[in-house]
Amino acid sequence: MAKLDLNRVEMPRQEPKVRAKNFKEVALGYTEDMMKAEASRCIQCAKRPCVAGCPVNVDIPEFIRALRDGNVAESVRILKGKNALPAICGRVCPQETQCEEACTLGKKGASVAIGRLERYVADWELAHHSEGKPQIPPPTGKRIAVVGTGPAGLTCAADLAKMGHKVTMFEALHEPGGVLIYGIPEFRLPKAIVKAEVEYVKSLGVEVRLNSVIGKLDTVDEILSSYDAVFLGTGAGLPMFLGIPGENLNGVYSANEFLTRVNLMKAYLFPEYDTPVKKGRRVAVVGAGNVAMDAARCALRLGAEQVYIVYRRSKVEAPARHEELENAEEEGVIFKWLTNPKRFIGDARGWVTGMECLEMELGEPDASGRRRPIPKPGTEFTIECDVAIVALGTTPNPLIAQTTRGLATTSHGTVVADEQTGKTKKDRVWAGGDVVTGAATVISAMGAGKRAAASIDRFLRGAQ
Amino acid sequence: MYRIVAKETLVPSIQLMKIDAPAVSRKGKAGQFVIVRTHERGERIPLTIADMDPEEGTVTIVFQEVGKSTRELAMFKAGDSIMDFVGPLGIPTHVEKLGTVVCVAGGVGVAPIAPIARAFKQAGNKVITIMGARSKNLLFWEERLKAVSDELIVTTDDGTYGRKGVVTVPLKEVLERPEKIAEVIAIGPVVMMKFCCVTTRPFNVKTIVSLNSLMLDGTGMCGCCRVSAGGQTKFVCVDGPDFDGHTIDWDIFQARQQIYLDEEKQALQEWERCGCVSAAQKGRA
Repeated sequence: MAKLDLNRVEMPRQEPKVRAKNFKEVALGYTEDMMKAEASRCIQCAKRPCVAGCPVNVDIPEFIRALRDGNVAESVRILKGKNALPAICGRVCPQETQCEEACTLGKKGASVAIGRLERYVADWELAHHSEGKPQIPPPTGKRIAVVGTGPAGLTCAADLAKMGHKVTMFEALHEPGGVLIYGIPEFRLPKAIVKAEVEYVKSLGVEVRLNSVIGKLDTVDEILSSYDAVFLGTGAGLPMFLGIPGENLNGVYSANEFLTRVNLMKAYLFPEYDTPVKKGRRVAVVGAGNVAMDAARCALRLGAEQVYIVYRRSKVEAPARHEELENAEEEGVIFKWLTNPKRFIGDARGWVTGMECLEMELGEPDASGRRRPIPKPGTEFTIECDVAIVALGTTPNPLIAQTTRGLATTSHGTVVADEQTGKTKKDRVWAGGDVVTGAATVISAMGAGKRAAASIDRFLRGAQ
Repeated sequence: MYRIVAKETLVPSIQLMKIDAPAVSRKGKAGQFVIVRTHERGERIPLTIADMDPEEGTVTIVFQEVGKSTRELAMFKAGDSIMDFVGPLGIPTHVEKLGTVVCVAGGVGVAPIAPIARAFKQAGNKVITIMGARSKNLLFWEERLKAVSDELIVTTDDGTYGRKGVVTVPLKEVLERPEKIAEVIAIGPVVMMKFCCVTTRPFNVKTIVSLNSLMLDGTGMCGCCRVSAGGQTKFVCVDGPDFDGHTIDWDIFQARQQIYLDEEKQALQEWERCGCVSAAQKGRA
């Protein structure tokens, strides 16, 4: 065996200058040779810390071993045994804080690029369809309603279907996928990939009903009269605003609106597609999470000359993945750290022309453990912009909680559910993902969907 | 896909469509709205419900051909199907027995006010309805409103039918009568709703308006439809569409209606240039 390479195999990406002008996927994926080289870096250690680092406990060393041995189809089988949406996870999971962070190799050098290998396996499967329809046990006769078709709902539905239950999913929008469709841009997660993964879930016998706003059409209580159990995976879809003067000026967007226009409605293809979006010349994005990076990078691709990220703390505290910060930086996004917006400035016609900001400095750590930003008096300055995007985070949509009797919620509007099982305070109702945790990651939502599916299955079998 | 059961051109450029949507027709209430998308590349068009027939399983929408999307929708015929139809959205109009209520409708606003007037009538109110249009040939549903109103006043801007002038003139006269007016409901063009509020304010009569702001998802997800009401930011899609008109910052509302004026013009021009018929046929395929 060749000497272990402590460096991981880099994944090819579009050149920053080129990709900043198109909506095609940035990361291009491993070739077969790259995959083999990277797969053989895994030392197949006995402790397998990566598995525990994965919220859905994928048998990581096994799928990598199958890859190393040249058996991709077997690798697919192992991966899909635990993860119904691997092509999505391989792209948007924060592996660096999960499986890869735990990797034994990480102590000596670079951890195995598990996410890139996962993506290779998943993309190979999408191209080859090696796996026939998975074996589904005989129908149990139980019916489950899954509300929301994002990562939590899709995972829960897939697992329940594989257990022989009849699952119906309800989606408010006209396309399934939740945040995977409306939030994450094409260049980070191609919509064809999301569609293919949704098709896989449907192939398990899951029915998807679009244009169904639960709480307005039927309520959860009404659904319970014809289903044995309900899973709520409705996410955190309500945008937060700054609450500063001028926020209702034309040209000021929530990140949710800006991204939904660009991603779900394909406004970047306007007028070929009917929904427009303002393509600013100078765009200021407030916030430094992944959503802020997505918005900033979309603005660049729409043709903005200057795109700013404005964040009241410093780079160290920025919640975005390191990789996303780096991508944005490479593409030319300008970072204004330690900068806090005070008000939006508008013209006589009601359009935003700038954002007045204040410089900040970091003080003692606050409740979140991060150093508290403190304003520096007299440092006001204006960032000129014709589009401003507020990416401060999101909270759960209150619609379901407001229309469901006996569903306990927290002061943050999240649904109270058992961390291990997803069981809510209401009989026969489970919940998981952002609606329980507040805005988090795709994979943690999937983990919650998976645990809830297991709990629902136990409940239904016990109740038989 | 959602089938168009019936279609009727009410007046030039105002179309009625009855859509086969049993679930929505069962749940929908006066004052709520739906979102329509004609085809895969189409935008989401919010339209206030004009009527529902739960037995037939249909929802009636009435819309004015303004831009590309509504003109495209107008090309669909009975028997065709539209891609998406979602609802009922928003909070229903609050209807209870109040005494005498005045319903004011302008232009295409006549359609959404009809079920509201009917609901107020059924709740035991005396209903005075004022409906207005630019000209006689743009008036529709006079009989329908007459049937649910104790009194109906019709105006046309050019005097070709009914009283000459705008709706706020008879509205003021009604408010000046000795009879106590419990509430005014105004639906129509923004300027009309704004001036109805200006008219009612000195009389201190609560005035409900149904705001037709720009929308995207219609479920509270994006904030595109936000308005300033009583100094607070509200979302029309989930907090409305009905608001106390006296609390609305009309300047912000009017400005926000203009956000995509340039793009709307561009879309319409390109559509007219490069064969609108084929585009609509694509939608039907």
